[in-house]
Amino acid sequence: MPTPSSINWTALGVFVFFFALVTVLGFWASRWQRGTANKGAHLDEWGLGGRNFGTWITWFLIGGDAYTAYTVIAVPALVYAVGAYGFFALPYTIVVYPIVFLIMPKLWQAAHKAGHVTAADVVYGRYQSRKLELAIAITGVMATMPYIALQLIGMEVVIKALGVTGELPLLAAFVILGLYTYSAGLRAPALIAFVKDLMIYVVVLVAVVVLPMKLGGYGAVFQSARDAFAAKGGATGLTLQPQQFLPFATLALGSAMAAFMYPHTMTGIFAAKSADTIRKNAVFLPAYTVLLGLIALLGYMAYAAGIKVSSNNDVVPALFNAMFPSWFSGFAFAAIAIGALVPAAVMSIGAANLFTRNFWKPYVNPGVTPQGEAKVAKLVSLAVKFGALVFILFLPTKFALDLQLLGGMWMLQTFPALVFGLFVGWFGANALLSGWAAGIIGGSWLVYADGIKPVHTFHIGADSYSLYTGLSALVLNIVVAVLVQLLFERGGAQVPAFKRSQIERG
Amino acid sequence: MRLLLLLPFIGLLWVPFYNRELPALFGFPFFYWYQFAWVPLTALIIWIVYKDGVKKGVQ
Repeated sequence: MPTPSSINWTALGVFVFFFALVTVLGFWASRWQRGTANKGAHLDEWGLGGRNFGTWITWFLIGGDAYTAYTVIAVPALVYAVGAYGFFALPYTIVVYPIVFLIMPKLWQAAHKAGHVTAADVVYGRYQSRKLELAIAITGVMATMPYIALQLIGMEVVIKALGVTGELPLLAAFVILGLYTYSAGLRAPALIAFVKDLMIYVVVLVAVVVLPMKLGGYGAVFQSARDAFAAKGGATGLTLQPQQFLPFATLALGSAMAAFMYPHTMTGIFAAKSADTIRKNAVFLPAYTVLLGLIALLGYMAYAAGIKVSSNNDVVPALFNAMFPSWFSGFAFAAIAIGALVPAAVMSIGAANLFTRNFWKPYVNPGVTPQGEAKVAKLVSLAVKFGALVFILFLPTKFALDLQLLGGMWMLQTFPALVFGLFVGWFGANALLSGWAAGIIGGSWLVYADGIKPVHTFHIGADSYSLYTGLSALVLNIVVAVLVQLLFERGGAQVPAFKRSQIERG
Repeated sequence: MRLLLLLPFIGLLWVPFYNRELPALFGFPFFYWYQFAWVPLTALIIWIVYKDGVKKGVQ
């Protein structure tokens, strides 16, 4: 049981203040950015914020949504544990933007023209295959559930650092989140993202200036990390060991290709006002990558500050508690906790949109009106969050982490179905579905056989190559898709042009 | 112009090229400041391609 003296009251006070502030914003958000063409109870309003977000709102929303609370906790934790290898997050979040720039405006156009709400809608619109649509939708929901659970872990870590124990605070935070997401939809996280992102920027900029000043400069920070890794040994260090080159590069590339396939990032894209909004964001979103790189460095600063933790995830909260006055720690922890709310809200909306559009509408109630869709999606968003909460409260944390790892690999397998059709018309639905199945099964099997590790080592003759399993599975996926298309679907494109134009209008 | 977008991939995924500590900059080993430098560079490259697209009237 906690003793009252273990609670940091100043930090808790600051924390509660900011949490209350965003709660008010969350409920008020339903009246924000209504626009002149408001469709009332239409799913476009609740699920995509009216499809009317301009460059600034999109920048805050996607930034707040893609760089999650879990990132702020887990990236420095990995860097603290292994050093340079944990920095794959940096090339990952750099090369993701050329990919966004090339692909996402086209995907947005396809969605906008036909009124699609989800990635699976786009796939159905193009290929007219319910099976492929369902495959994409299930992948999205399955990958998103553990991701929401991880946001809860991020929140749990900072609540614990405030000296508060028990599961009640987490429960309360999630009930509040559930209610304002239910009432305001995507507008709530979009508005809260402004507060969250500004708070995180302040916290990180202060930390990366003040901490090195206290710790003797960046040279000293890197030196203490260097010494710590030298003592630790193994595959750690300030630079990579040769056997880590391929895993580092393939993890970066594979993660970048999967990042915008997720329902929560896709929702941010579809909510944008125009294709140009997305292109501009590809130019300006890298600002968040600088932030992420600086956050990663906190892992090294922990060595310079002499922080010792039993669980690596505690490294950032422990560093803040040790180095800053209570009020600033409270502010930082509030930033991280609010940082969990934004992605958790968008993820639950993205998953709810998928369920409604790609399961409820085709299989349960084909005649559902857009208003009816909104009603179903709102209820499902509550159910999704409740599921994630049960997950965290009753199952081991490792389970969520393992599923999240598998989820990234699964998401990557939707890349061909979603993206290839935007550039080439050659692949048909059956080929893409076969490739998807091969990638999911093959990849899951490899990950499972390796004991839930993201990297698999292939032995070819005397050489061995270690690659991110998601990327290996994607290669299998594409090879199978090409073979099926060549062998069984002669004649190339399965969707005649006239039909496609009808679909796009419809 | 769009080929410019390949540069970040080459610069960052070819790891042996930057996997070293020297020369350091402001206390940052090369491995770190090199990767950080690619962030504004990538933004600039995307901006150049974007402006080119605007000029050509890409929708």
